Amino acid sequence: MTPVLATGSGGALLVVAVFLPVIGMLGIFFLGVRRAWWIAPLILPAGLITSLAIAFDVAQSGMPVTYALGNWQPPLGIALRADGLAAVFMVMTAWILCAVALYAGGASTGAQDTLENRRPYVFWILLLGLWCALNTTFLAQDLFTLFVALELLTFSAVPLVCLDGKRETLQAALRYLLFALVGSVFYLIGAAVLYGNYGTLDLSGLREAARYDLATAIALGLMIVGLMAKAALFPLHLWLPPAHAGAPPAASAVLSALVVKAPFFLILRLWFDVAPQSSFELPAQMLAGLGMASIIVCSVMALRQERLKLMIAYSTVAQIGYLFLMFPLVTSIDGSAIFQSIGWTGGVLQAVSHALAKASMFLAAGVIAETLGHDRIDKLNGAVTVVPVSIAAFGLSGLSLMGLPPSGGFVAKLMLLTAATENSSWWIAATILLGGILAASYVFRVLGRALAAPPEGLSSARRVPLRRELVVLGLAICAVLLGFVPLQPFGFLGIGRTGLP
Amino acid sequence: MTDPATLFGLCAAGLVAIGLYGLVLQPTPLRKIIAFNLIGTGAFLLFGVAARRGAAAGLSADPVPQAMVITGIVVAFAATALAVALLLRLAETGVYTLESGEAPPRDEPPT
Repeated sequence: MTPVLATGSGGALLVVAVFLPVIGMLGIFFLGVRRAWWIAPLILPAGLITSLAIAFDVAQSGMPVTYALGNWQPPLGIALRADGLAAVFMVMTAWILCAVALYAGGASTGAQDTLENRRPYVFWILLLGLWCALNTTFLAQDLFTLFVALELLTFSAVPLVCLDGKRETLQAALRYLLFALVGSVFYLIGAAVLYGNYGTLDLSGLREAARYDLATAIALGLMIVGLMAKAALFPLHLWLPPAHAGAPPAASAVLSALVVKAPFFLILRLWFDVAPQSSFELPAQMLAGLGMASIIVCSVMALRQERLKLMIAYSTVAQIGYLFLMFPLVTSIDGSAIFQSIGWTGGVLQAVSHALAKASMFLAAGVIAETLGHDRIDKLNGAVTVVPVSIAAFGLSGLSLMGLPPSGGFVAKLMLLTAATENSSWWIAATILLGGILAASYVFRVLGRALAAPPEGLSSARRVPLRRELVVLGLAICAVLLGFVPLQPFGFLGIGRTGLP
Repeated sequence: MTDPATLFGLCAAGLVAIGLYGLVLQPTPLRKIIAFNLIGTGAFLLFGVAARRGAAAGLSADPVPQAMVITGIVVAFAATALAVALLLRLAETGVYTLESGEAPPRDEPPT
C-alpha cells in the first residue's frame, strides 16, 4: 500500500495558500462595492509571504511539504503537496498578482455610473478566485481535485475577458469558454478511463500502478489534448488572441502570464509524474512539433498585426510553444541525464521568465493605450516622449522574449538550445533560433515606431499615475534579473521528484 | 447480448461522439452549449460504468465515481449557466453568433 503521508511542520501553510484568497473573496462580499479595495492590501501580501514561506520550507528541508486533509490518507482522502516545481510556480503567481494589483489598485473609481463602480469590485473577486484556482492546481494531488481547480480557473478567467461588456469581448469570452469547456470534458473523460483502469485518481498511486497499455495511452492522450486546448497550443490557439487582446490591461496580464501556465503545469504533472516513461518518444516529438508550429506561425501572425495588444497576444501563443519543446529533450532515452535536466530547467525557466515579461508587456501596452487613446502600431510615433518609462519596460521585456542577454528568456532559451544540440535535435535548435529572430522583428517594429520623431502636436490624452509605470518597469527588471541565475540545472526544481529529471 | 457495463460504455461513447459533432459543426452558440452538455453526459455515464466495473470489493457498485459524477454535474451546470449568461448579454448587443468576432475591430464600440 501507499506509505502513510506524514504532515510536516509547514503542511498547514498549504491550506492557508488555498484558503486565503477564498477568505478575501468572502471579505469583499461582506464589505460591499465601496470598500472592496481594502481587502487586497491585506490578502495579497499575506499570500505572497505564505508562498515564500512554503518555498523556503521546501528549500530548507530538501523535501516536499505535504498535508493530508482531515488526516485521511491519500487513496481515500485528498492530499496537498508542494514540491520544488509547485513552489516555484506559486511564488511566481503571488509575485505577479501583487504587481498587477499594485497596477490596478484604486483605478478609475471616481465615476458615478454603477457599472463603472462595480467593475473594480468584480475584478478583485475574480482575481482572488483565479489565485485560489492556481494554487489548488499547483498543490492538488488527485486528478479530480485538479479538474475542479481547472474549472474554477476557467470560471474566473472568462468573465475577466469581458469586463467591459462590449460585443467583441463578449464573443471572445464565449469562444474562450467553449474551448475551455471542451478541454475540461476531454480531461474528465480521460480521468474516468484512468479510474476504470486503476481504481484510483491519486497521483502517487497512479505513478506506482501505471503500466503501458491502450487504455492508459488513450486516457493520457485525451487529457493532454484537452489541456492543450486550455493552454492554447498551435491548432487550438484560435480563442486566445481575441480574448487576451480584448480584456482590460490588468486582466490581460494575468491571463497571459499565469492562466495559460496552469494547464501546462498539469501536462508536466501528467507527463512526468503519472505516465509510464520510456514509451513516450513519439508523442513527445508530436508535442514538440506542435510547439514549433506555434512558434513559427504565431510569430509571423504577430508581425502582421496592426494593434499592439493583438500582437502581444499572438506573441503569447508563440512563447507557449517554447514550453512544449522540453518534452522530447527530457523524455529521450539515449540522452544523458545532465542534459535532460538542463532541458527541464530551461523549460521551467522559460515559463517563469515569460510570465514576468508578458505581464510587464501587457501592462505597458495598457499604459500606452490609455495615454495615447489608441494602440495602433503604425500611429505610435513619438510615444517615447509621452510614456518613456513604459516604452523602456516594453523594450526590457522584449529582450526576454527575443532571448537576448541579459534576461531570463536568454538563459531559458540557451538551456533549451544546449539540450537540443546535445540531443542532436537540430530541428528544435533551428526553431529556437528562428523564433528569436521573429520575436526580435515584432518587438523592434514597435520600438522603432515608438522611438521615431513625434508628429506635430502630439500630446497625451490623459496622464497615467507614475506608480503604474513603475510597476511595469519593476516587472520588466525582474524578467531581466532572472537572467543572472547560474547556467546550470537548478536543484530546487528537482525536490520531491522521484524519477527523471 | 453483452454485459450492461459494455452497453453503457458504448452509449457513453455515442453521446460523446454526437456532442463533439454538434460542437464542431453547429454554427449557433446555443447549440454548441447543448452539444457540450451532451459530451458531459457521456463522460458522467463513463464514470458510472467505471463504478460498476470497479466494484471489486464485493459491493454492488463503487461509490467513489458516483460522488465524482455529482460534483461533475454541478460543475457542468455552473458552466452552462455562465455560458448562457454570456450568450444573453451577447444577444442584448444584437448578435447571436460568434462569426463577426474576426472582423476588424472598430474604434467606436457598437451602440
